[in-house]
Amino acid sequence: MLSLLIWLPILGGILVLAAGERSQGTTARWLALGTGGVVFLLSSALYFGFEIGTPAMQFVERLAWIPAFEVYYHLGVDGISMPLILLTTFATVLVIIAGWEVIQYKQTQYLAAFLIMEGLMVGVFSALDAILFYVFWEAMLVPMFLIIGIWGGPNRIYATIKFFLYTFMGSVLMLVALIYLRYQTDSFGILDFHGTALALSQQVLIFLAFLVAFAVKVPMWPVHTWLPDAHVEAPTGGSVILAAIMLKIGAYGFLRFSLPITPAASMELAWLLIALSLIAVVYIGLVAIVQEDMKKLIAYSSVAHMGFVTLGFFAIFDIFAHTGGVEGSGGAVMALEGGVVQMISHGFVSGALFLCVGVLYDRVHSRLIKDYGGVANRMPIFAAFFVLFAMANVGLPGTSGFVGEFMVILASFQANFWYAALAALTLILGAAYTLWLIKRVVYGEVANAQVAALTDLNAREFIVLGVLAGAVLLLGIWPAPLIEVMEPSLQHLLQQVTATP
Amino acid sequence: MEIVYLAITLAPLIGAATVGLFGRRLGRQRSHRVTIAAVSLSCLLSLFVLSRFAWGELEPYNETVYTWAVAGGLHMEIGFLIDPLSALMMAVVTFVSLMVHIYTIGYMHDDAGYQRFFSYINLFTFAMLMLVMANNFLQLFFGWEAVGLVSYLLIGFWFTRESAVFASLKAFLVNRIGDIGFLLGIALLLAYFGSLDYQQVFAAAQAQPAQMITVLPGLNWSVITFACILLFVGAMGKSAQIPLHVWLPDSMEGPTPISALIHAATMVTAGIFMVARMSPLFELSDTALSVVLIFGALTAFLMGLVGLVQNDIKRVIAYSTLSQLGYMFVALGASAYAVGIFHLMTHAFFKALLFLAAGAVIVALHHEQDMRKMGNLRRYLPITHLTMLMGTLALVAAPLFSGYYSKDLIIEAVHEAHRGGATLAYWLVLLSVYVTALYSFRLYFLVFWGKERIDPHAKEHMAHLPRYVLRAMEWPLILLAIPSVVIGYLTVEPLVFGDFFGQALFVAEPHDVLHEMGRSFHGSWSFALHAVAGPALYLALAGFLSAWFFYMVRPGLLPSIRDRFATLYTILARKYGFDELYIDGIAASSRSVARLLWQVGDARLIDGMMVNGTARTIGRFAAMIRGLQTGYLYHYAFVMILGLLVLLTWFIGDWRGWFV
Repeated sequence: MLSLLIWLPILGGILVLAAGERSQGTTARWLALGTGGVVFLLSSALYFGFEIGTPAMQFVERLAWIPAFEVYYHLGVDGISMPLILLTTFATVLVIIAGWEVIQYKQTQYLAAFLIMEGLMVGVFSALDAILFYVFWEAMLVPMFLIIGIWGGPNRIYATIKFFLYTFMGSVLMLVALIYLRYQTDSFGILDFHGTALALSQQVLIFLAFLVAFAVKVPMWPVHTWLPDAHVEAPTGGSVILAAIMLKIGAYGFLRFSLPITPAASMELAWLLIALSLIAVVYIGLVAIVQEDMKKLIAYSSVAHMGFVTLGFFAIFDIFAHTGGVEGSGGAVMALEGGVVQMISHGFVSGALFLCVGVLYDRVHSRLIKDYGGVANRMPIFAAFFVLFAMANVGLPGTSGFVGEFMVILASFQANFWYAALAALTLILGAAYTLWLIKRVVYGEVANAQVAALTDLNAREFIVLGVLAGAVLLLGIWPAPLIEVMEPSLQHLLQQVTATP
Repeated sequence: MEIVYLAITLAPLIGAATVGLFGRRLGRQRSHRVTIAAVSLSCLLSLFVLSRFAWGELEPYNETVYTWAVAGGLHMEIGFLIDPLSALMMAVVTFVSLMVHIYTIGYMHDDAGYQRFFSYINLFTFAMLMLVMANNFLQLFFGWEAVGLVSYLLIGFWFTRESAVFASLKAFLVNRIGDIGFLLGIALLLAYFGSLDYQQVFAAAQAQPAQMITVLPGLNWSVITFACILLFVGAMGKSAQIPLHVWLPDSMEGPTPISALIHAATMVTAGIFMVARMSPLFELSDTALSVVLIFGALTAFLMGLVGLVQNDIKRVIAYSTLSQLGYMFVALGASAYAVGIFHLMTHAFFKALLFLAAGAVIVALHHEQDMRKMGNLRRYLPITHLTMLMGTLALVAAPLFSGYYSKDLIIEAVHEAHRGGATLAYWLVLLSVYVTALYSFRLYFLVFWGKERIDPHAKEHMAHLPRYVLRAMEWPLILLAIPSVVIGYLTVEPLVFGDFFGQALFVAEPHDVLHEMGRSFHGSWSFALHAVAGPALYLALAGFLSAWFFYMVRPGLLPSIRDRFATLYTILARKYGFDELYIDGIAASSRSVARLLWQVGDARLIDGMMVNGTARTIGRFAAMIRGLQTGYLYHYAFVMILGLLVLLTWFIGDWRGWFV
């Protein structure tokens, strides 16, 4: 099943490339959409076939791959990775539709790149073997590198190199850590790494090696500066995948590697991660206010929102300390769940916001806020969507953006009043940068001739944004099904974190 | 009853969704029919529920509707708590909302956003009902934010107007400051009492009222006091108390029907409702109640003064609203929760009436809001004039009118209270009676009496106003004028001195000022006669006479008075400088800091030094190394020979001996 989800899109991508060779355009597009759609439908089977109430890995596949080094082709999902896989397949379909007639230059290659990347990202989330994980992790960079480098904006070369080197720098250290763990455990199985007895000094080194890799991906302050550049230069679809999925991989790494493999070091260094998270919320929130480029603004907003994810993950230790151990510390579970819900929600919301900017960019060919004003006069339906997603970004109850932030703030209060107080500043900062953007772009008199010439959403754009709006509202009004799925896995993770002395 | 409660909330939501999504296809008439039908249903059912509570036929209802999420054993739910307090709020909200819906047909008759407006006010009704019907903090917060959202959308309803869009953003941001307090308050209660459910939190708080929280090392605060103050910060945002009041006057940029509904009668009273709902918590903390008392009294007095110097008819009423909200908080701070809610109710009727009457004037004069361009309108708008007079009399607490009962009780309650700040609060609310009468009658005389100063175009417009427009606006005025006059007389006994609220409001024995006052209460009629014995009536009369003298008898005196008290006038006209402080001070400096962080922190330090700096350093290092690779064979040969020599010396040569 998981193999199908990995290899079907990759195969589809290759077919799209082949089809594109012969007939330009339509065949390739429909083939790409078909592949994406089938993969999404198949992935929904993961949800419906998922056994709730157990932290065990499900849909497991295990084959020998490189027996000499005991490397296995080992796949499986639990309540943490399964929703992320669904998010991946969902976002890819939307991106394919969003690029339908907008991308003119080498469209087949563009679609193929997304399909191949989809497979690789599913691979990252489902790999249970460290080497397999590493291969997917690195391979995933290549299509994204190409997407930004080929279909990106004028400054794309700088952005791609920055993106690549930044993320590559981190992954090399991660590889070292993985190999070291191989010698400690005689296995490359990620689950075998969990609960390995390691001295604190060993743990700290491993933790730091992972930290560099994951912090860059999340991204955490101060290694975030590649993200605004990458987003600004990336085509809309690239931005959507980058924001919706790629950033989640770093946070996923914390859950799959850092916390369970090096719990003592995580506890030791939690203060650092919390500090960086809070800096992300406050500092980056402020920086977002003064951005002049819409995509940069949303990129900075992403960094601030991801700060909640890492805050939730690393506040658990202080919550233990305050509530007296794992027993009765529902707060710690809530912190983790808040973080994961925030990941999913941010996938929807930031993806939707980038699509909104894309809708405007396709018409006016500018991302600068000052080139807009009074868009609502010409595009009332679009304006309604944009305001809805803005409100989700602001974290209004009833939208998905609220759920994670609410849970993380409630839980982090149990760790320390000041964590919650600083994190709660996002209520103002988030509203300030998002709604000020809305004020300048959507409201007001028609600003110029280009805005006056705008036409409202076409059916294709309407479907994409409508589906996302539905997802954002559904998750906001009833998050229980999502949380229910992840709870056993996160409970289990907490036990792992506290079990080792 | 569950189906009734669900119908009450869902009807307006369905109405809002229908008109919001298909409004254009439905057309104007069907749109307003759908939304009005929805809100009528809610209103009728709410009145039904209220009457059953009034006759004592209904037990409080406290049930979960659905489980929103379960996280780490914590059940977060959507559920209803329907007791006399929420039933009263539901009735007030839906009744005023229905009046405003009907009125809107007239007020917005020539507006392009007709359907959008109806959809929004239906949505607002839903959100407000969710807020007052909540049985837990999650849903309370949902309603709290949702009414804020609709308020934002409606203040900025005319989105091409710069000032309206600015006001909407300002309202949202200022409210969010309060929301931080509110959210942290909820988090604090959860952290120490382990639940989001009202009843569970109240029970746990009663059981352990003495817990302390360490805010800073060595600084310990009482959990209950801290939580109550944080919650009150939220109330200060939503109910516009000093210093978070700045958004309410600007919210007048929105269409007048929503000024009446949201920014006078319902949403802004959410803070009062919330504090009353939390009475079991606030009763545990005298400090928190003192804070409520003092902020309320300051707002009541200081904002009333600002109302004296406004020329925009809606802004006068807006400042009056601020002042009256202050009164309500004073009542809460004096532990007279029932009186606070009572004033909330009477105020909802007469203030909605005043706003809608002002709106009728504004529409008649083709969107003219400056009172200096009105005058003598009683001849053209007789019904508006009469109803507005009723509203004004209620506002200034003329005996027998509804406002008299509620306001006089507040003054008495704070007089009876023995709480820190009570004396100060007493004098402030007493003086405010004079101020209230002065600005209210100033408005009344300027608009309806005196010389006609109307713009000829406006007069022309007034003559050609369609009949149905005036009808649609006058019926709600009449229907609101009736309770504005009589509701106090009829309900003061059961609501304040009777047992209507039962367990819904909690007052600790030693704080129970109403019990004391109840001894000298002998029916509504004698209470009204009793007015001659207190100072408030004479202060109100003095206010009326001052207004009459300055605006009717000797209007020429005003400029010289203004010149004599120029400093005071400037302070009031500048509204104490809060806006300047926030906009030019805090907001501007935050933007500067943000720019600094971006351009110096991100661009120069992180990118310039660390990222590109690393790249440059590696580049330079590489350039140096590159210098070695010259490509000339004899260079390489030379280096090889050199290396060979060194190696030979190392291994073969007995160089150690050289040093010995």
